[in-house]
Amino acid sequence: MKFSEQWLRQWVAPELDAAGIAHRLTMAGLEVDAVEPIAPAFNNVVVGVIESAEQHPDADKLRVCQVNDGTDIWQIVCGAPNAAAGLKVAVARIGAVLPGDFKIKKAKLRGVESKGMLCGASELGLEDEPSPGIMELPADAPLGVDLREWLKLDGSIIDIDITPNRGDCFSMRGIARDLAAVLQREVTAPQCTPCDVTSTRVFPTKVALPEQCPRLLTRVVDNVDVSRPTPWWMQEQLRCSGVRSIDLVVDITNYVMLELGQPLHGYDLERLEDFLEVRAAQQGETLHTLDGNEQQLKEGTLLIADAKGPLGIAGVMGGEHSGVSADTRHVLLEAAFFTPLALAGTARRYGLHTDASQRFERGVDYQLQHAAIERATQLLIELGGGSAGPLSEVVNDDTLPAAASIDFKASEVERLLGVQLPTNYIPDVLTRLGFSLSEEGAERWKVQIPSWRFDVSQPADLVEEIARVYGYTELPSREPRISVAPCATQEAQLGAAALQQELVSRGYQEAITYSFVAPELQQQVLPHKQAPQLSNPLSVEMSVMRAGLWPGLIKAQLHNLNRQQTRVRLFELGLTFEGDRAEHVEQIERIGGLVCGSRLPEGWNANRDGVDFFDLKGDVEALLALGHADAEWRFEPAEHPALHPGQSARIVRVSGGEEQLAGWLGALHPALRSQLGIKVDTFVFELDVAPLCQGQLPHFKHLSRYPEVRRDLALVVDEQQPVAELLEQVRNSAGEWLTDVHLFDVYQGKGVAEGHKSVALGLTWQHPSRTLNDSEIEQWVADAVDGAAQRFGATLRG
Amino acid sequence: MDHLSALVEEARTAVSAAESTQTLDEVRVRFLGKKGALTQELKGLGKLDPEQRPAAGEAINQAKNQVNALLEERRRGLEESALNARLASERIDVTLPGRGQPQGGLHPVTRTRQRIEKLFTDIGFVVEQGPEIEDDYHNFEALNIPAHHPARAMQDTFYFDANYVLRTQTSGVQIRTMESQQPPLRIVCPGRVYRNDSDMTHSPMFHQMEGLFVDRDVTFADLKGTLYAFLQAFFEGDDIEVRFRPSYFPFTEPSAEVDIRIKRQGEEQYGNWLEVLGCGMVNPKVFGFVDVDSEQYSGFAFGMGIERLAMLRYGVNDLRMFYDNDLRFLRQF
Repeated sequence: MKFSEQWLRQWVAPELDAAGIAHRLTMAGLEVDAVEPIAPAFNNVVVGVIESAEQHPDADKLRVCQVNDGTDIWQIVCGAPNAAAGLKVAVARIGAVLPGDFKIKKAKLRGVESKGMLCGASELGLEDEPSPGIMELPADAPLGVDLREWLKLDGSIIDIDITPNRGDCFSMRGIARDLAAVLQREVTAPQCTPCDVTSTRVFPTKVALPEQCPRLLTRVVDNVDVSRPTPWWMQEQLRCSGVRSIDLVVDITNYVMLELGQPLHGYDLERLEDFLEVRAAQQGETLHTLDGNEQQLKEGTLLIADAKGPLGIAGVMGGEHSGVSADTRHVLLEAAFFTPLALAGTARRYGLHTDASQRFERGVDYQLQHAAIERATQLLIELGGGSAGPLSEVVNDDTLPAAASIDFKASEVERLLGVQLPTNYIPDVLTRLGFSLSEEGAERWKVQIPSWRFDVSQPADLVEEIARVYGYTELPSREPRISVAPCATQEAQLGAAALQQELVSRGYQEAITYSFVAPELQQQVLPHKQAPQLSNPLSVEMSVMRAGLWPGLIKAQLHNLNRQQTRVRLFELGLTFEGDRAEHVEQIERIGGLVCGSRLPEGWNANRDGVDFFDLKGDVEALLALGHADAEWRFEPAEHPALHPGQSARIVRVSGGEEQLAGWLGALHPALRSQLGIKVDTFVFELDVAPLCQGQLPHFKHLSRYPEVRRDLALVVDEQQPVAELLEQVRNSAGEWLTDVHLFDVYQGKGVAEGHKSVALGLTWQHPSRTLNDSEIEQWVADAVDGAAQRFGATLRG
Repeated sequence: MDHLSALVEEARTAVSAAESTQTLDEVRVRFLGKKGALTQELKGLGKLDPEQRPAAGEAINQAKNQVNALLEERRRGLEESALNARLASERIDVTLPGRGQPQGGLHPVTRTRQRIEKLFTDIGFVVEQGPEIEDDYHNFEALNIPAHHPARAMQDTFYFDANYVLRTQTSGVQIRTMESQQPPLRIVCPGRVYRNDSDMTHSPMFHQMEGLFVDRDVTFADLKGTLYAFLQAFFEGDDIEVRFRPSYFPFTEPSAEVDIRIKRQGEEQYGNWLEVLGCGMVNPKVFGFVDVDSEQYSGFAFGMGIERLAMLRYGVNDLRMFYDNDLRFLRQF
């Protein structure tokens, strides 16, 4: 809501400058977005009159004017097509400075002397768009008077961001009421008495949907001269409020809307057929709205219509055909109350967010229609002549909002605000805001809610009214008293922060990527997964929820590779979304990483080896070990559409005999890489966070005082044989007191048969209460070798 | 006895001449070994008169001790220079960089989030989290934003269908917490939130930290005190001014916006007022949805944008930098 400071001062006149007013409004909950000058700085521009205008001898488009500026006659050469004798104009005298520091000096135009300039509105910064001619001031503009003074251009425009609860403040009346309450001043409303009814003419009206339109008020004004110009003061107020001046009738309805908050509409009476009706749109109806568009009306949309068809979308926008035009003689004024619910979503559905729809959606005072139509009639007759007919009203008391009241105690203020206010402060503030109170005992009231406050329905709402007038700054502040007890935390449960910190220690930078990704990328990387699709995405690139972390990490990798960052180590922690539809989506927290480039930063002591699978596996194993969980993590060779089939593993958590897929690890598939334009080997992992975080409390085990015994053996197996299985076999067959199996070499080459590999293991035994003897050890080694031989055809390397 | 002195002198010369522990050992053998000169002298004692033996023995032992001391001294000297030589040969350039992975870093949003969490958990708040795909009830309805409420237009929402949205705020977590726990409650809910909006100052995804404090006798004064203390602590080092002004949120009543202005260290003046968080007393209608008795309990809630605070704290001037994941940006935190 934008308006001129000077308009507000007509209602409330505090001894504050514009900035002071803005501050008080902001601190009362009407947040001032901007305070701007009405016009940019310029000086020495006065009202003048063109005495004569002659064609320039040497230029077709220039005229040589003799201009009277109230003190003297000046010759001014002007290019405007509308420069004509008798016209009142804005004259910039020699020495004037116009916006943009444009100085007016004596000049010669095509050989003819020019002393001054005739100004267009845009040259004075009064309009954004340059118009072809000079400003045409009204004939009664006082000659020689400074233009800034005459047009009151020295004030400010105040722009308020109205919160959705305060529909009532979309008007000077509402803003003035709040400002007056805060400043403890009176409000001066414009004088308006019901006008003399000098005609008997009424136009029939009916309301088919009284739930949606509880009140429809109309009046015929006959014989209006719509050709009369809108007075300058009104045009200026409208301009300051960002409303374009159209014609007298439209300007008056807009002016009254800004003044009082009631949207109004004026119809050309002669274009209406039989009656005016509020009804729902039917399938297939259309309407040419005032913005020049043809609207396909949706069934059920609330309409104003006549016998022939739709005239306007109720509370949103009127139609072109029935609007006032240059040849209108008789006007039908209409002011209605549509319920907020009836219009909810209509503007959005049609993409027509108008001043009217904004007000109706948030709630227009349901008692305002009479005052508004009287005010509009008054202005119309005053400015355009004509005679008013009687008011014609269709009202349904059952569907009008009921007058409501709240039982309110002063103690409620203290309970919520922690402050005791002086007696009478509460009733005083509420009364100023338009509430009416009747006392119901000591410091208790029945508070009647005014018809414009759709947002007040409970005691807490009244507390807010009192608080914002009292001033939040003035309200007390204290640090809360709390009862302190350590909150129960599970020591074994690992926080996600520990995982993040571990990866940071391992040289990863944390990334945060969008939770929605391009469907194409997701299809390339995770073709086997489904994720919900947004119905109103910002763009296709951000339209499907990520089913995993790799698409986002890959995008971040590409961003960095394209910026000469060749060594990338990124991880991300966040939710991933699996399932075809939102209602049965699984939202799984995961942690994922991506690495490419050299294992270590280029340096004096590092070779340039690239990272490989086992570098990443080391990082993953570090994460798995963080919780000290009594679980086994198995890396199983497995295929994944995004991964190199020979370099990928599923990670399975085995605990208490239960197996659970916990994640994936591997090299990005070369085919996928080339599709995505990633030229370097890239390794990725992803783990579910929940199983990672299930740790275990440490449980002390007795330390043996007896020596441990170690034996090393090298087993030759098929080169395809996964070592993990061999280790498990050995672990299970090498006796009760085996404490460790340690893999210390894998060898292929001379001395080992083609197609085989030698796996070197260190086995360690220790008994808690005695020294182990050689024969036991020999037996266990033999058992381990036999087991491996039987199961995997392993032979002891000679 | 002169020959003994001569032997000692001879040993002294030999010891001085020894340039390694090995030659020194040869000197030892020459004088003190089984066949060494002084050992021979001792063996020769038997040939002397018994009454001469003690004095002669004494003299030989003295000579032995002298030679031993010479040997020992020389040995120490040799070892020391050997060690010095080794140390000299092992000298390295300690200014060369160390080996291994350089430290990575947390995302500035995470860093800021953890800092805010810490400030609140220190005063008894507990961190709660919830789903990001949220149902209409928890994202709107239970927060006193019924269908068609004008407040729905305040937030441009991403929809999946009529009933599911990407959460526009983490307030749903407050509802879920109040559904499952009775007061007293002190929680903070950090996480990603989404709005259908994108430009220099709006991102379709950003992070919020919301908080909720419900107990008996909680007032607006507690709200002011808590948030004032939080902001002072968060912007440690800088002078800040804080102001509360009325605003509107459907889930709080009264509601407030909190603005701050900062005077950074070394600066003369405060900057402009900046909106940093929204807050208010929990609307009794919200308590109604979760069966908390609003006659007995009251509470306050607040919400802040983590990116906004991170930008103010670290001087980041473009919101979009947070999601480019440019390593040159990330490494700065």
